[in-house]
Amino acid sequence: MADAILETSDLTVRFGGHVAVDHVSCAFRAGELTAIVGPNGAGKTTYFNLISGQIRASAGRVFLNRHEITRMPVAERTHRGIGRAFQLTNLFPNLTVLENVRLVIQAQRHRGFRLFSMADSDSAISDAAAAVLKRVRLDALAAQKVSELSHGNQRKLEVALLIALDPLVYMFDEPTAGMSVDDAPVVLDLIAELKADSRRAILLVEHKMDVIRSLADRIVVLHNGALAADGPPAEVMASDVVQEAYLGRDLADV
Amino acid sequence: MLTRLISGDRPRSIVLTIILLAILIGLALAPFLFPGIRSLETAARICIFIVLVASYDLMLGYGGIVSFAHTMFFGMGAYGVALASVHMGRGFDALIVGTLAGAVAAAVLALLIGLFSLRVRAIFFAMITLAVASAVAVLVSQLSSLTGGEDGLNYQIPRALTPAFKFADGRLFDVSLNGKLLNYYLVFFSALILFLLLLRIVNSPFGRVLQAIRENDFRAEAIGYRVVYYRTAATCISAAVAAIAGSLFAIWLRYVGPDTTLSFEIMIDILLMVVIGGMGTMYGAVIGAAVFIIAQNYLQELMAVAASATAKVPVLPLFFDPDRWLLWLGVLFVLSVYFFPTGIVGRLRQGR
Ligand SMILES: Nc1ncnc2c1ncn2[C@@H]1O[C@H](COP(=O)(O)OP(=O)(O)O)[C@@H](O)[C@H]1O
Ligand SMILES: [Mg+2]
Repeated sequence: MADAILETSDLTVRFGGHVAVDHVSCAFRAGELTAIVGPNGAGKTTYFNLISGQIRASAGRVFLNRHEITRMPVAERTHRGIGRAFQLTNLFPNLTVLENVRLVIQAQRHRGFRLFSMADSDSAISDAAAAVLKRVRLDALAAQKVSELSHGNQRKLEVALLIALDPLVYMFDEPTAGMSVDDAPVVLDLIAELKADSRRAILLVEHKMDVIRSLADRIVVLHNGALAADGPPAEVMASDVVQEAYLGRDLADV
Repeated sequence: MLTRLISGDRPRSIVLTIILLAILIGLALAPFLFPGIRSLETAARICIFIVLVASYDLMLGYGGIVSFAHTMFFGMGAYGVALASVHMGRGFDALIVGTLAGAVAAAVLALLIGLFSLRVRAIFFAMITLAVASAVAVLVSQLSSLTGGEDGLNYQIPRALTPAFKFADGRLFDVSLNGKLLNYYLVFFSALILFLLLLRIVNSPFGRVLQAIRENDFRAEAIGYRVVYYRTAATCISAAVAAIAGSLFAIWLRYVGPDTTLSFEIMIDILLMVVIGGMGTMYGAVIGAAVFIIAQNYLQELMAVAASATAKVPVLPLFFDPDRWLLWLGVLFVLSVYFFPTGIVGRLRQGR
């Protein structure tokens, strides 16, 4: 099996007395889509925050391509290949759709400290941004202000920002939450497309069983912040932990 | 060409374009259109405050950074020129050295304050700037052997910039061609260049990052921008430009003192000008500074006229007493902020 791109070892965070993520050791490989499941409050988002750096770990370590990134600033991790999308839509609301994507590409190409050129005249960046918008089918809305978009389109843009970032590790946190049945498949198809690229690892927090069945190569179960199960989908779904925790129910109901 | 000059940042409103052009032409031809010492003083002050307010807008309107130290940076440029002129003697070299020293010192101090406090939280930065600015103001009034204390400093500037210097015989449109005229155009063109420079910066890749940070600093960091570095850089640029505006002010006035450069009242004036003009627009600085300074300088006259016109009516003259001008200024501001929460520029752009 290929080397792990991303690895956490004994990763732990405490909020006061509450252990939100509890000694989680897990490795993620290129070309693999890992579904991370668990009831609300299990610590999935917090685990993501530890990996992408929004929260500092109380203990344990995070490695990206075997380099330790546990204490690295968020932006630095992003430049090294961590791509994080957020559970709650987290965009630049008063800027246009195109500008949101442009900013990501500009960041990735280290152009942010150019003071005396005109942002709009960098056609390489604008073209790359337009191409990403086409891919997520938002090209018709490029000039719209983000705050004027529907929730579904904002979720698509959230995915677009990640695609524009072109990271080594994609981290999606409930990407289809609150999306209509028409919009959700667009996002899921995009994630399936990303999966075809065998150089990247994808982490996906998702509740819907059918989505997990069709996309996941592997399931990791978090329970009360701890790793409860880890393995191929069929195996994990049949396991005692999952049967006990979600007995007979769809994960979405939990 | 013209579009490049304004960095592709069109006013996006016909009325706004007309107002901006009127201000530009008014300032460019001020010595000829509005002869008289007083109106030239007003015009020069408007030029300088446009730069000062625009540099503040870079921080507040684009970067979302609240600072109370802007007059301190302004003062550093002014005292730079004053001290250089006092110690090096009158001359253009003193003006250049003083201006550069002031701008560099302001940028370095901004860097220190920024790196020290912007890491934590934006509100902490605001408090630190307030503390540092107050400390500097006290220091300046205490170190009277160096700074002249409360009295400030008088000094000489190159003769070529003073009224005593006549660079051509006779008069042009009844305006005498002296050094004061040259001094005004030094101020005018410096201000114009600095403003266009700021306009370029806010439309550069860097300017876009600042807007992203203002909108959502959390996400800006997540897509790969070190927010603290960008905020600090914006603060440094803003401080340096404010200092240069201060240098121009010192060259124009031939005097610096705590009241004209460092006082907290000026800080409040800057805030009002940004808000009235419209934050995050750059052009707001032009309109805010022009409206505010004209009101500040001419409201009293206007009221005297109103008072004598209503002299026969009971009570009313009391309200129009010229001594009440500050009250009316206050009322004007409250009304303008109430009716134009996005500033005059924001309002004009909406009404398109
Ligand atoms: N910043 C925080 N401070 C305190 N408690 C937190 C914080 N973030 C998350 N938690 C707690 O950690 C637990 C895990 O939350 P979260 O990771 O959001 O769960 P999930 O994403 O699996 O639904 C919850 O009990 C939550 O209340
Ligand atoms: Mg969550």
